Amino acid sequence: MNDELKDLYQEIIIEHSKRPRNYRSQESARSAHGYNPLCGDQVEIFVKMNDGRVEDVSFQGSGCAISTASASVMTEALKGKTEAEAEELFGHFHDLVTSGEESDELDLGKLAVFGGVSEFPARVKCATLCWHTLKAAIAGKDQPVTTE
Amino acid sequence: MSAAAAAAASTARRAFDVEEVRRDFPALHQEVHGHPLVFLDNAASSQRPRSVIDEIARFDGHDYANIHRGVHELSQRATAAFEGARDKVRGFINAADRKEIIFVRGTTEAINLVASSYARPALNLGDEIVLTTMEHHSNIVPWQMVCRERGAVLRVAPINDRGELEVDELVSLLSPRTKLLTLVHVSNALGTVNPVKEIIAAAHERGIRVLIDGAQAIPHMRVDVQDLDADFYAFSSHKMFGPTGVGVLYGKQDLLDAMPPYQGGGDMISVVTFEKTFYNSLPAKFEAGTPNITGVVGLGAAIDYLERLDWDAAIAHERELLAYATERISAIPEVTIIGTAAEKESVLSFLIDGIHPHDVGTILDRNGVAVRAGHHCAQPVMQRYSIPATTRASIAFYNTREDIDALERAVRHTIEVFS
Repeated sequence: MNDELKDLYQEIIIEHSKRPRNYRSQESARSAHGYNPLCGDQVEIFVKMNDGRVEDVSFQGSGCAISTASASVMTEALKGKTEAEAEELFGHFHDLVTSGEESDELDLGKLAVFGGVSEFPARVKCATLCWHTLKAAIAGKDQPVTTE
Repeated sequence: MSAAAAAAASTARRAFDVEEVRRDFPALHQEVHGHPLVFLDNAASSQRPRSVIDEIARFDGHDYANIHRGVHELSQRATAAFEGARDKVRGFINAADRKEIIFVRGTTEAINLVASSYARPALNLGDEIVLTTMEHHSNIVPWQMVCRERGAVLRVAPINDRGELEVDELVSLLSPRTKLLTLVHVSNALGTVNPVKEIIAAAHERGIRVLIDGAQAIPHMRVDVQDLDADFYAFSSHKMFGPTGVGVLYGKQDLLDAMPPYQGGGDMISVVTFEKTFYNSLPAKFEAGTPNITGVVGLGAAIDYLERLDWDAAIAHERELLAYATERISAIPEVTIIGTAAEKESVLSFLIDGIHPHDVGTILDRNGVAVRAGHHCAQPVMQRYSIPATTRASIAFYNTREDIDALERAVRHTIEVFS
């Protein structure tokens, strides 16, 4: 297989897309909808904050492998993080999927598997939709988030 | 050779030879991601032959000026080329009169023109416009807008599981409240060919006018607007091997004459004072402002190209390819074809079990195969099948069996990546 494709569709990504973690709704959680009009991907993020930290975060939706795996891995990465830490993580993740460069300051952990997305500019929004939606959920915004 | 024989030879149609035809399309001869390009996104937009590319450059380099008003040589040449293209379009769709050919930006603008100038004045509270489930958004939203404004209602004719229009149900929706029937000739998402001639006849029996969205039909079949008896017929240049930004609204002269202008401005007037303006006659009445002159000339060149092809053989080649593609792709166990109408053109929409079309599109692209993944601006079709999107391969006459083989290999590769 073409190396760039191999980088994009890493085993972890395929596995998370087929068996997403934290794929559930939550009662009495803050939530927001995200929508990518280009491909029709939809995601709903549910987040429960406790004492300024993410106590629980989950998602539901339908989308491509990249968007599903990104939401799945994101929910794993966020537990226990403060809003500011989540924001910082998104900043570094965004740099990773747009430039392919991993941060020196912060260990992205499993999120680093999305580095291959940078070779596919048309797919960056697939990877970032859940993060934009998370921000809206934490901020308690009612308006659906779109990638356009 | 006698002069008559020479003239006959120069106007004779070429025998159809796909390899020879492919040489006319420079964009097809390149590698993408290390593979020969396989261009199967023709329903979105088709490639242009060298003759269109060259004619656009020649016109811009020699004859370009504003049209209709100039007394100088270049303006006269540009006007002759622009109006010459109108004659070519008239002949291509067999309209009765060149005044019935209105140049617009594309199919979308053509439909908006009819919504604004034909439907808006005709619609009253409780009136209806009838369309179908398989319409492109551009043949839904303009009608929703005008219906909302006028208190009118959209009525939607259903399709069956194969993606065929339920013609009896459509006809049963037609009533004295129906002010217009609007439907697609060939579905861009499913490939279904609608029996528009029969449907138009049924509507006319009830005194109802019909608009046909022909964007997807015109590159794949001979369209004769008089034979169809269409009241309005809309299509785009960029899907028929011409440039973007140009399209055509065909309308019967008596209807167009009775309609108010769509936009006000230059060219669409005969006399303007601050007290009163007299509108120009057809077709200028509907062509306000300086049009896409070069684009129209390019469309004329595309028609010249198509008129030189052995059109019947080109269509036969395309149909054979669609049948071949359907056979090859549907033989893959993980694949489901969406749209299996008895009458189809060009389009093969499909799903692969457990793999989102957007991922399919990316992996196909890395195999050099260009397709479209998404809802194809036909979200109601996706809702009809309860799916978010499909992968769509769409064929033009310059595609080959090798292209279909490459598509099949790429689909199998996609399944491997996800296995």
